Amino acid sequence: MSSQVLWYTTRGAGAVSLVLLSAVACLGLLTRLRVRGQGWPSFLSAAVHQDLALVSLFFLLLHIVTAVVDPFTNLGIAAATVPFGSAYRTLWLGLGTLSFELGIAIGLTSLARRAIGVRAWRAVHWLAYACWPLAVLHGLGTGTDSHSAWLVGITVSCCSGVLICLVWRLASAPVDPLAGARAARLPAEGVR
Amino acid sequence: MSGSWFLSGPAPREGAETGRAHIQRLGAPSLTGAALIEALERSGLRGRGGAGFPVSRKWRSVAERRGPRVVLANGAEGEPLSSKDRVLMRHRPHLVLDGAVLAASAVGARQVVLYVGREHFDAAEAMLRALAERPPRERRRFRVLRAPVGYVSGEETAAVHFVNRGIALPTSTPPRPFEAGVGGRPTLVQNVESLASVALIARLGDGWFRDHGTLLITVTGSVGRPGVFEVPLGTPLGEAVERSGGRSHAIQALLVGGYFGGWIGAGEAWNLPLHPDRLREAGRSLGCGVVAALPASACGVAATAGIAGYLAEQSVRQCGPCVFGLGAIAAALGRLADGWPEPHDLVRLERWSAELPGRGACRHPDGAAGLVRSALTVFDEDFRLHQARRGCMMDRRPVAAGAA
Amino acid sequence: MGESSELVGRTRPGATPPRPRGAPPGFSLAFDRIRCDGRGYCAELLPEKVLLDEWGYPIATPGPVPQHLLDHARRAVSACPMLALRLVEAPSSR
Repeated sequence: MSSQVLWYTTRGAGAVSLVLLSAVACLGLLTRLRVRGQGWPSFLSAAVHQDLALVSLFFLLLHIVTAVVDPFTNLGIAAATVPFGSAYRTLWLGLGTLSFELGIAIGLTSLARRAIGVRAWRAVHWLAYACWPLAVLHGLGTGTDSHSAWLVGITVSCCSGVLICLVWRLASAPVDPLAGARAARLPAEGVR
Repeated sequence: MSGSWFLSGPAPREGAETGRAHIQRLGAPSLTGAALIEALERSGLRGRGGAGFPVSRKWRSVAERRGPRVVLANGAEGEPLSSKDRVLMRHRPHLVLDGAVLAASAVGARQVVLYVGREHFDAAEAMLRALAERPPRERRRFRVLRAPVGYVSGEETAAVHFVNRGIALPTSTPPRPFEAGVGGRPTLVQNVESLASVALIARLGDGWFRDHGTLLITVTGSVGRPGVFEVPLGTPLGEAVERSGGRSHAIQALLVGGYFGGWIGAGEAWNLPLHPDRLREAGRSLGCGVVAALPASACGVAATAGIAGYLAEQSVRQCGPCVFGLGAIAAALGRLADGWPEPHDLVRLERWSAELPGRGACRHPDGAAGLVRSALTVFDEDFRLHQARRGCMMDRRPVAAGAA
Repeated sequence: MGESSELVGRTRPGATPPRPRGAPPGFSLAFDRIRCDGRGYCAELLPEKVLLDEWGYPIATPGPVPQHLLDHARRAVSACPMLALRLVEAPSSR
């Protein structure tokens, strides 16, 4: 396969991954907010969030494989698996590797949620707040066309979407309906 | 032989019965182990903590498990209207300890946890003193823990959770305590009065229990001498009221079983026998043996509202239906009692109390719903008057206020 | 009485069709009421078996899950974000 095709695929798949990952992040935040509408039942936010995460994984793998396989880039497996293990743009590429591995951890724990329980699952899922920004930074710092209009445009839209949802999430009250009630509970503790 | 087994013996002002006096009065148990479990089955003894579960079945379910097992003697008595458990522990601690030791050896448990309500100071002291009189090999097995004050503390999974984690919160089942309880081990949770009954059956046999067995009840409300009484199984409720000094005022209804039980109109209640099976057949429950008399001059709606408010406040707030459902019920009852109901309060009360049972981790909402449904039946005319804002002609003192 | 009519069927005898003797009890829903957070995915995915009360918490209709709805029930079980729903061998939901 010609190096140019591989190179375009890497960049294209990378951009698509970023868009999808941003959508996943938005949906994750909306799920947490218990958003529900006439034609949008609440399970849908969670379900589409999971499905899009799988789709983005596909494009992410495409992005990584084409980058590593491309003879022009001289990236070895180490670059894709060891954060900051590549000689080329060590920092920016490394951020991407890190983001990828956090994503893998989140994905695997989600698949194994029944086995590990909600608390352990949720603890790992918090890493999503690191996974997404690292991916954005990787995109801005690694690509040779990182200043091209289209990529900047995509990045800005993704960031705005996620930031809007994030602000909405931070501004909303905790969604646990029993939070207030539990605070008012009489202590059920005693002297042993 | 008089009909008094739990409470015969030294007078209350003499304090707790000593170990020696206890043995002199009753002798040593003759039935133990598997033979005891069979006798318990034939006797039909049901638990006295409130649920009324057959004792022999509980013991078998623990005995047939593998690994180390535990007995938890439940003397938390979180029900505010009930005093029988603390009276029993205070005056006849050795009966309770006997029952606990018999249970431990019958189900194969080496550890016994004595779970005594924190506020029952005299009872705990008596139990500790009695424990000191026991032989070392028995004493070694016991741990005494003080249950936190609260209605739900005596619930069996809450008791187990307290022993394990220091906080009395009910847990989701499965697993039930007989499967995994204290320290994850099969645990027999048994009320102290049930254990005392076992101690008597182990000496006198199941035939004695079927013919002459007794139970402890707490009679309160508008009666002459509220207190704890021992009555033969099957005693009619009216007779139990007579024993406690008779009515101090005309009685309109009896609350049987405590806050977890239900109202019964005085006319219907008077001849109902105090027997777990007979009451069950009549669609009622003995509960923890509370009989509270509501005078005719009191308002049934207000009394029920007070109880529901207490039960809602006592929820440990783990389950949405209990927090919100019971809260809504208590609020509606409060409005009805005060004479400022919302237009659909009565209708909603019926719906909420029908929707509540079975939707919490423990039976707290079920008990409350049962109480409210019985109130809606027994006091239905009063409820309709209150809903129609036609006021309340009765004075509004709470149930356990005692004689005027 | 309009408001409670949807619940009349819960206690009416014969509401659940009798099953032939010897047949397995079938599968029913079991809720962990402590874990349940009132998110309502179960009621959206299995409306024939799960209703929500006015605070968003599930009420199960009586009886087992009918054969033709078992796949939907399994989906509801795996969708619950709090892992509060299980499918158990039992004659009725709880």
